[in-house]
Amino acid sequence: MFGTIVAWVLVRDSFYGKSVVNAVIDLPFALPTIVAGLVIMALYGPRTPLRFDIGSFHFDADVTFTRGAIYVALLFVTLPFVVRTVQPVLIELDQELEEAAKSLGAGNFATFRRIVLPSILPGILSGVAMAFARAVGEIGAIVLIAGNLPFETEVASIHLFYRIEQDPEGSAAVAVVLLLISFVVLMGIGALRWYVTRHDRG
Amino acid sequence: MGRLSLRFTALGYLALILVGPLFMMVWRTAEDLDGAWAAITDPDTVAAFKLTLMVAAIAVVVNTIFGIVCALVIVRSNLPGRGFLNAFVDLPLSLSPVIVGFSLVALYGVNGWFSWFQDNGYEILFATPSIVLATIFVTLPFVVREVVPTLREIGTEQEQAGQTLGASGWQVFWRITLPSIRWAVVYGVVLTAARAIGEFGAVAIVSGNIVGETQTATLRVEDAYQFAYGNFAPAYGISFVLAAAAAVLILILMILVQPRESRH
Repeated sequence: MFGTIVAWVLVRDSFYGKSVVNAVIDLPFALPTIVAGLVIMALYGPRTPLRFDIGSFHFDADVTFTRGAIYVALLFVTLPFVVRTVQPVLIELDQELEEAAKSLGAGNFATFRRIVLPSILPGILSGVAMAFARAVGEIGAIVLIAGNLPFETEVASIHLFYRIEQDPEGSAAVAVVLLLISFVVLMGIGALRWYVTRHDRG
Repeated sequence: MGRLSLRFTALGYLALILVGPLFMMVWRTAEDLDGAWAAITDPDTVAAFKLTLMVAAIAVVVNTIFGIVCALVIVRSNLPGRGFLNAFVDLPLSLSPVIVGFSLVALYGVNGWFSWFQDNGYEILFATPSIVLATIFVTLPFVVREVVPTLREIGTEQEQAGQTLGASGWQVFWRITLPSIRWAVVYGVVLTAARAIGEFGAVAIVSGNIVGETQTATLRVEDAYQFAYGNFAPAYGISFVLAAAAAVLILILMILVQPRESRH
């Protein structure tokens, strides 16, 4: 259950698009999560058009009732977070620094690691923290597609969802754990904000 | 890593995760338009849409007022604990909606602190009030989050000028503060509306999901899917309407933000 989420964070991709895609990126945020689940189902569900055989190679994008479904759904739902926190920083970032580094002989990768990354890192981290919190608590997008098999594809929030009526004490315990996670994430973001304002503008 | 390969990766990722699935949903809706339309115009669906709209409207009004007051307290007052308030307001953003629903059940349900309501015939759980409460909770941060930075940015000079010229607190607020933060407020309102319409987890737990009464649009989608028996047209149809609403809200945001890109 948690392995899935942690793995997901590791897989997490952070990138920034051009203005054409700019509009689409916010859509997962505004889209009702249950609709997001259905949207994922449309492409990665049992009726996926992405199913073909090339010789002995068989490809099937149907991920229903597997952990793959959870990954895809969470990737969809949390897409805007990192993008939206990193974007403003990148826009403000002075390109002169990058050019200076390049003229001094730094390669693309070195420039990115030494110049760009340090400035966008707080943005990335707070985006990741928010995405993580969202991923831990997500239910709507997962409830349809994941199948909720205990120990296999049942995440904490869904476990809680189906248990509340039968086992109030047990679900209270699960709820407290989830609550603690949110608190930790919240404090993390707070500390990060404090750190950034102190070091960048101070 | 050239610019092209970066762009290709980014767009490819978006296509796989975002655009592809969205396109497929529209496609599936279009496959059975009659079925989708029948589901959308079904009286129970219409009731669900109405309920969702009403709940969203209440949440927007309440959270706009609360959000502005809260932002004013955080930025302008010297109250002790406003830093704490500032951090605390974000909690619903990182909290699982399921927990929101669960805590409402614990609070208003049997043996809860506020079980008085239930015992005395006031329906809160499994009725509209709990849906409203859950939605308000979940959408709490949006107006505050948008207004706080703007308030900080505009500073207090104009407000002080107003006050020295004899304006009362209300007049300063209506004539100076509110006009300067209005775009932030609108932005927060749109985000609040989007989230309120789309809320699922918290509402699913407290609403009772009574068809035609306490079933919101998102719950209706889930219902239509779980009991589809191979006929997914209703689920896709209702989803399409919700997705269209989301798209319209995003469009409003775009139009609002575009001329003020310097805001960020």
